[in-house]
Amino acid sequence: MSGFPTLFYKEVLRFWKVGFQTVAAPVITALLYLLIFSHVLESRVHVYETVSYTAFLVPGLVMMSLLQNAFANSSSSLIQSKVTGSIIFVLLPPISYRAFYLAYVLAALVRGLSVGAGVLLATLWFAPLQFAEPLWILAFALLGGSILASLGVIAGIWADKFDQLAAFQNFLIMPLTFLSGVFYSIHSLPPFWQQVSHWNPVFYMIDGFRHGFFGVSDVSPWQSLVIVATCLVLLSMLTLGMLKRGYKLRA
Amino acid sequence: MTSAIRVQQVAKRFGSVEALAGVSLDVRQGEFFGLLGPNGAGKTTLISALAGLVRLDSGHIEVMGCDVVSDYRNARRQLGVVPQELVFDPFFSVRETLKIQCGYFGIRQTRARDAWIDEILENLDLTSKANANMRSLSGGMKRRVLVAQALVHKPPVIVLDEPTAGVDVELRQTLWQFIRSLNRDGHTVVLTTHYLEEAESLCTRIAMLKAGRVVALDTTANLLRRFSVHALRLKLAPGVMLPPPLASRAQEKEGAWSIAFDQYSEIEPVLAELRANGCVLEDLEIGKPDLEEVFVRVMRGKEDRFPSGVGADARSPSSVGVTG
Ligand SMILES: Nc1ncnc2c1ncn2[C@@H]1O[C@H](COP(=O)(O)OP(=O)(O)OP(=O)(O)O)[C@@H](O)[C@H]1O
Ligand SMILES: [Mg+2]
Repeated sequence: MSGFPTLFYKEVLRFWKVGFQTVAAPVITALLYLLIFSHVLESRVHVYETVSYTAFLVPGLVMMSLLQNAFANSSSSLIQSKVTGSIIFVLLPPISYRAFYLAYVLAALVRGLSVGAGVLLATLWFAPLQFAEPLWILAFALLGGSILASLGVIAGIWADKFDQLAAFQNFLIMPLTFLSGVFYSIHSLPPFWQQVSHWNPVFYMIDGFRHGFFGVSDVSPWQSLVIVATCLVLLSMLTLGMLKRGYKLRA
Repeated sequence: MTSAIRVQQVAKRFGSVEALAGVSLDVRQGEFFGLLGPNGAGKTTLISALAGLVRLDSGHIEVMGCDVVSDYRNARRQLGVVPQELVFDPFFSVRETLKIQCGYFGIRQTRARDAWIDEILENLDLTSKANANMRSLSGGMKRRVLVAQALVHKPPVIVLDEPTAGVDVELRQTLWQFIRSLNRDGHTVVLTTHYLEEAESLCTRIAMLKAGRVVALDTTANLLRRFSVHALRLKLAPGVMLPPPLASRAQEKEGAWSIAFDQYSEIEPVLAELRANGCVLEDLEIGKPDLEEVFVRVMRGKEDRFPSGVGADARSPSSVGVTG
């Protein structure tokens, strides 16, 4: 695994050096969502018997921030180094494609977890939170973050320009995360949209993650776990395959 | 002994462009090797293939006996590449950049590593910039950092793709001093450059590429001998004619006559002949063989060999193409 520790360290250092923009800013964005949505909807929406809307919203926002930032980290790091050409510094050394994959995904996961933890800490003031089954919290945070980090690697490698990456983000990642039950329980949706949500893997990440806090969820956390883990395995295989062939990285 | 670099029948197309059309060459260990050719000849493509940045359509490349595809990790450990493009990572300082590059090669954080980084910085005149951010460096300094990055893992084979483009005279000299000393210590050096005097003075052997093909491959001395000669250049006073025996050997170029010769002793009779015929000279100079002339002739093609017969030998460039 020579090269892995350094590549991982470099990727973490890269976002940490601009931490205000990469960690603090998304925490503030999530807080704004919380303030506005909980203010408008607290008295109107009731999802679970014992849980206030604000409390319901917090895990969703934490997970949404975690996922979006994991994606943002690997994708923007790759596209930047591709556009500037500095990608060759990691293509010239004897770094295996597996080490390459792990370093980018784990560093993105660290960024996602940092932002997620930041959001969680910041929202503790607004809603009393319970941690009913913390292992689920951990499991879905790690799996979900890795999936979006993997998607970020794919997007970063596939995109040749920044606007292609923006398209990937706006037309795939944003709808998937927003339409996943962050702001509502999908049981409040009409049947058709409930069906659609069941095809969205992000729904299971958030539902399972939320289960860890309240011990209640729309579907069984075990079912979510299987679906999310399967997604991670498939995406990892796809990403590793791309890296092994040198797709778009080695002409 | 295994070759430092062995390139066998390498071909690479980019769409309709044939960047490499069956290139074969060997670079021996310890050589200072020049890879020359006009823009678009395929030099960078060949180097990229060597470094695993470009996948070949066919052919094989080995670095110190390691195949660059099947044994890519060992091949890359043997190789330090200074890329042609001026690239840098804007997030880091010069020293951070070099430490990170060490880590990519699995070099542990030891005193020896730090000492080597300091030595590289010193030799490339970067010590005062060690803690400066990459963004704040001038173009020439960024180029030096690229050279430094290629050397962190002390590669036995060093490949420099136009390392002196945009670099001032002083640094060019310090850079070559440093690279020469690495070469003396046993590192193999491969160089591409458009400064032919540079190649002539540094390289022991030279390959010339044209449109993805090797059109000349020989020692620098042999190339100079075959394609370029000593020449006596004469400018005659207005109205003066060259005596017929000399005129038959001379070529006229830009209002001056050029007479090729092999030995300096051949000059004397020419001057005597001029004197005997009362020819008044306006100017006289002795031209030495130079690589630029070789380059121009080789690039123009086989037909345009040096015509006088002096110094040019009968072998065609391709017949000496692959030497062991
Ligand atoms: N990634 C690429 N995609 C398409 N064409 C390419 C690519 N890389 C190189 N080429 C083409 O291959 C040919 C050889 O290019 P290469 O960069 O190897 O030339 P070079 O000898 O290094 O030239 P220079 O002296 O200008 O650096 C050129 O016609 C170039 O346009
Ligand atoms: Mg080039």
